Amino acid sequence: MRGFWAVFRREFKSYFTTPLAYVFLVVFLFFSGYLTFKAGFFEARQADMTAFFMNMPLMFVFLVPAAAMRLWAEERKTGSIELLFTLPITVAQAVLGKFFAAWVFIIVAMAMTFPMLITVSYLGNPDKGLIFAGYLASILMAGGFLAVGCFFSAMSRNQVISFVLSVVACGVLVFAGMPTTMNYLSTFLPMGLVQAISTMSFQGHFDSMQRGVLEFKDISYFVILIAGWITAGGVILDERKAN
Amino acid sequence: MIKIKELRKTFGPIVAVDGVSFDVQKGQVLGFLGPNGAGKSTVMRMLACFLTPDSGTAEVCGYDIIKNPIQVRENIGYLAENVPAYSEMSVGAFLNFICDVRGLEGKKRKEALDKAIAMCHIQSVYHQTIETLSKGYRRRVGLAQALIHDPQVLILDEPTDGLDPNQKHEVRQLIGKMTQDKCIVISTHILEEVEAICSRAVVIAKGKILADSTPGELKSKYNCSLDEVFRKITTSKVA
Repeated sequence: MRGFWAVFRREFKSYFTTPLAYVFLVVFLFFSGYLTFKAGFFEARQADMTAFFMNMPLMFVFLVPAAAMRLWAEERKTGSIELLFTLPITVAQAVLGKFFAAWVFIIVAMAMTFPMLITVSYLGNPDKGLIFAGYLASILMAGGFLAVGCFFSAMSRNQVISFVLSVVACGVLVFAGMPTTMNYLSTFLPMGLVQAISTMSFQGHFDSMQRGVLEFKDISYFVILIAGWITAGGVILDERKAN
Repeated sequence: MIKIKELRKTFGPIVAVDGVSFDVQKGQVLGFLGPNGAGKSTVMRMLACFLTPDSGTAEVCGYDIIKNPIQVRENIGYLAENVPAYSEMSVGAFLNFICDVRGLEGKKRKEALDKAIAMCHIQSVYHQTIETLSKGYRRRVGLAQALIHDPQVLILDEPTDGLDPNQKHEVRQLIGKMTQDKCIVISTHILEEVEAICSRAVVIAKGKILADSTPGELKSKYNCSLDEVFRKITTSKVA
């Protein structure tokens, strides 16, 4: 546990000792607000945050891999991985420490969108449960993207490569569940397969959670996805740490 | 304290370490010598549990490097060749991170920090970011990191590389002071250093041990300076 906390604390602080955290926060907060109002927040005449949460998948596809790309690629590039893995820390502690540090950082970014919550509360009487479900869905989705990002960061020592691969992988996971993609796929694939692809996608699970339906299958989807990608990342890292 | 048995490591077609075996006792300073690419760093990396050997094994303080890597790492201080560190951190934050990992808390942490900082003379750069340090200071911070938990076994990969003559002298003195209660393995190209601080010299080339003796014995056996001994051994026996 000691190794986990040490890695977690160091990693979390390191976001704020580099400009990364500030750039990330400014871009995220600007676009989360801009896209919400552009999507017709006032025109909808409803005191809810649907317009806000709707844009999260698209924003996270680009922003979460940006926060994740350095996690391992940088350690391998600068050689500090040799220091880390000659200290009494297991691969699992290091992988989890870094993952949770990045996840908590994204949760901090999400928490900083509180003016949106104040706005809808001032304008009307929003359904608090729905808003909670929206935040939970967004945080779980960010965790999923982050786990994908960790995996690709462990795979390549080049941050740009790990970023591009993570964006593509996250993009596929989101767009596979979009109605347009499913319509296209159903023209040449059997319906069962199209359904299977769509249940593997982030989108459906995110949508149903964001509507306030907290189902076991949706939460377990994200948990399994996160655990799976993190485990794969740990295995790859153990294999390639010294290459 | 260190027992190495038939360690072997290959990287693709390259055989980096080929059946290396030796023991090091408490109180010994072992100079690990060899030309570039001889396999010195690979042996040290395997001892520090960063690389896993293809075959063979080693014990450090009674712990097996394959079965108990965490216990091994708890008992060693390791300074890698290129002095890896988190360059965006300040020296103080970096050393505190090492204390976090090594479980040094409260009074123990303060004592350990004070001792390591004084030993390595890094008081003046304590608040400085590591990326702004000169090569010499960076290496001293690396040394402080390796010494902070007062380990029984020290594995130092070229600890004086990049230091000026004064700093080299200081580091040698520092190692000299610690010899009694520790077991130290040093790799180096500087043969005068071996004469100055090592009680034993192991010469390695192309992954194989070519000589294992004291510096004095090597000199008297070949009847020449250690530089020439090194050249004779590594050129004739390898060819």
